[in-house]
Amino acid sequence: MRYMLTTAALAAGVALGATGLASATDLEVTHWWTSGGEAAAVAEFAKAFDATGNKWVDGAIAGSGDVARPVMIGRITGGDPMGATQFNHGRQAEELVQAGLMRDLTDLAAKEGWANFIHPKSLLDGCTLDGKIYCVPVNIHSQQWLWLSNKAFADAGVAVPKNWDEFVAAAPALEKAGIVPLALGQQPWQTTLAFQVILVALAGPETFQKVFGDKDAALAGGPEMAKVFAAADQARQMSAKSNVQEWNQATALVINGKAGGQIMGDWAQGEFQIAGQTAGKDYTCLPGLGVNEIISTGGDAFYFPKQTDPEKAKAQEVLASEMLSPATQVAFNLKKGSLPVRGDIDLKAANDCMKKGLEILAKGNIIAAPDQLMSADSVTQVNDLFVEFFANKQLTPADAQKRFAEIIAAAD
Amino acid sequence: MTPVEAGRQSRLFRNLSAKIASIPMILTALVIFVGGTAWTVFYSFTNSKLLPRATFVGLEQYERLWATPRWLMAVENLAIYGVFSLVFSLVIGFLLAALMDQKIRFENTFRTIFLYPFALSFIVTGLAWQWILNPSFGIQQVVRNLGWQSFTFDPLYDADIVIYGILIAGLWQGTGLIMCLMLAGLRGIDGEIWKAARVDGIPTWKTYVFIIIPMMRPVLVTTLVIIASGIVKVYDLVVAQTSGGPGIASEVPAKYVYNYMFLAQNLGQGFAASTMMLLSVIIVVVPWAYLEFGSKRRHG
Repeated sequence: MRYMLTTAALAAGVALGATGLASATDLEVTHWWTSGGEAAAVAEFAKAFDATGNKWVDGAIAGSGDVARPVMIGRITGGDPMGATQFNHGRQAEELVQAGLMRDLTDLAAKEGWANFIHPKSLLDGCTLDGKIYCVPVNIHSQQWLWLSNKAFADAGVAVPKNWDEFVAAAPALEKAGIVPLALGQQPWQTTLAFQVILVALAGPETFQKVFGDKDAALAGGPEMAKVFAAADQARQMSAKSNVQEWNQATALVINGKAGGQIMGDWAQGEFQIAGQTAGKDYTCLPGLGVNEIISTGGDAFYFPKQTDPEKAKAQEVLASEMLSPATQVAFNLKKGSLPVRGDIDLKAANDCMKKGLEILAKGNIIAAPDQLMSADSVTQVNDLFVEFFANKQLTPADAQKRFAEIIAAAD
Repeated sequence: MTPVEAGRQSRLFRNLSAKIASIPMILTALVIFVGGTAWTVFYSFTNSKLLPRATFVGLEQYERLWATPRWLMAVENLAIYGVFSLVFSLVIGFLLAALMDQKIRFENTFRTIFLYPFALSFIVTGLAWQWILNPSFGIQQVVRNLGWQSFTFDPLYDADIVIYGILIAGLWQGTGLIMCLMLAGLRGIDGEIWKAARVDGIPTWKTYVFIIIPMMRPVLVTTLVIIASGIVKVYDLVVAQTSGGPGIASEVPAKYVYNYMFLAQNLGQGFAASTMMLLSVIIVVVPWAYLEFGSKRRHG
């Protein structure tokens, strides 16, 4: 045993000596990508980074972002920063940047000309604070999708709907056939997502921008939004019988034809792919609920906490530019099911739904994600309201709207 | 030097080494517990977001807190959970201990069975009960498979009774420990007392209620403190069983604090909520401590 250890140590020493020239640096990267498809995608980053002679130390934190973010923030504020860490685009890391805990990437961005190829521009804006760039956007995830099960509609004897109104009209037929019209997981973010999608699809992107971006409380309490709340009430009735918690359990209901449809982000596509289903044949996707073809440009970005070790700082730069290289972007996003952040690369392998998304992106029909527009505090308050709204039948749409307007009035 | 002064001095230096030895613990208690508490209360009057900031906003955080439906729901849930958990833990725990005390066979086996759930964490307990109470493969489905098709038992999916579903799991996990504490208390009672009661012809239940239970006061007080602290900090059980759902029907204060401190990145709001939790503990503990320790000093 001791002999083996010595050999191993020697071998490691030789290996170190060999790569010593390339100055291998270990860089710990924390993220919350732990499901099958996500892990495969993150492995592409690791592969690309290791190929530069450095070493990717994987710091996956299980659970969702809600679990992982407090851990990451705790480590950064506690003085034990990792080499790089994932956050969503937007304001989640804003205060960490203001406190001077994050590294300024402006020089690297100027050298490589990020502003020239990152599309849409709002992604880079999300990383910019006071004219300086602090993060690397790596993908675009959009939320505004309605996923429909072709089998469920065939069983119920109605045509697959082409927009939200047809879907609502088909609900009684689905129910008669013993199918839950709308699958909806009970976690807070899922109910909020459903509401926001209904809002942007039915009331249009301008209203969305005014409510979440400009915090227009009068509009939030007005008649335009009352329509949205009425539609959310319909969605609530349609989803009354879906007793599931996780989003992928809800997607599974759609895949099995036990539910008619689900409002969920494009990451749901990964589930359809794993189940061996084909877009158009087994399932149908309607961006913007088939009413307003709009997608939001939220997603993931990597931040680089300040490091004292100059070797690590150098490795951070290598990782940042590697994440944006065309080859890595293609490999990563195909596995992740998300859209690339570069406007100048071609995704030939993309499926029908992804292509729809790319088309909408190319047309510029995009909105910012709520995470980019509101502070985490306000987002949580909105989450609390909608999770209650979807579970509590006694809360009328009018009351919910009144509370919504109050939150928007106090939002920052 | 007057005799009084001398006496005071010798009192200060009595057990000097013991006092020196306890200095680190006293410092820890002062700095970590009292200091941390004071820091939290202080910042609950500010508008701190992700990082603490000393910009005072008065009682704004508290006003917002008490206007938030989720917090009110959490407080109501804690009250229901607290009252029932306290009563049932004590009653069931004592009954089990009294039965155990009847010199039954296989006492060790039973004791292990009843205490075993306590070896599980709340997370595991919560998950296990989430499955047991799940309508599609838990108790409800089992009974339906037996032929009673209309049987409905899905507390975790019914907003009105979800807190009782959590209570069941909490009791299942906790009563074993209470039983053991009570059993220890019962075993601590001198056997002579039982003999005397029997000689006097006092029925067993009367002996328990009027003689044994009053004699078990110290054990009861310890038990009460253990149960009460468990109630105030209940968090992981809820997270594992329902994550506060359906809707916000099973929210508890500790979860509100965590969510607002770390997810919503609003330290001020989280601190205000945790200060309210502290206040409720103080309201319970101070009168009790006053009665308990105040009276002792008078006697001694």
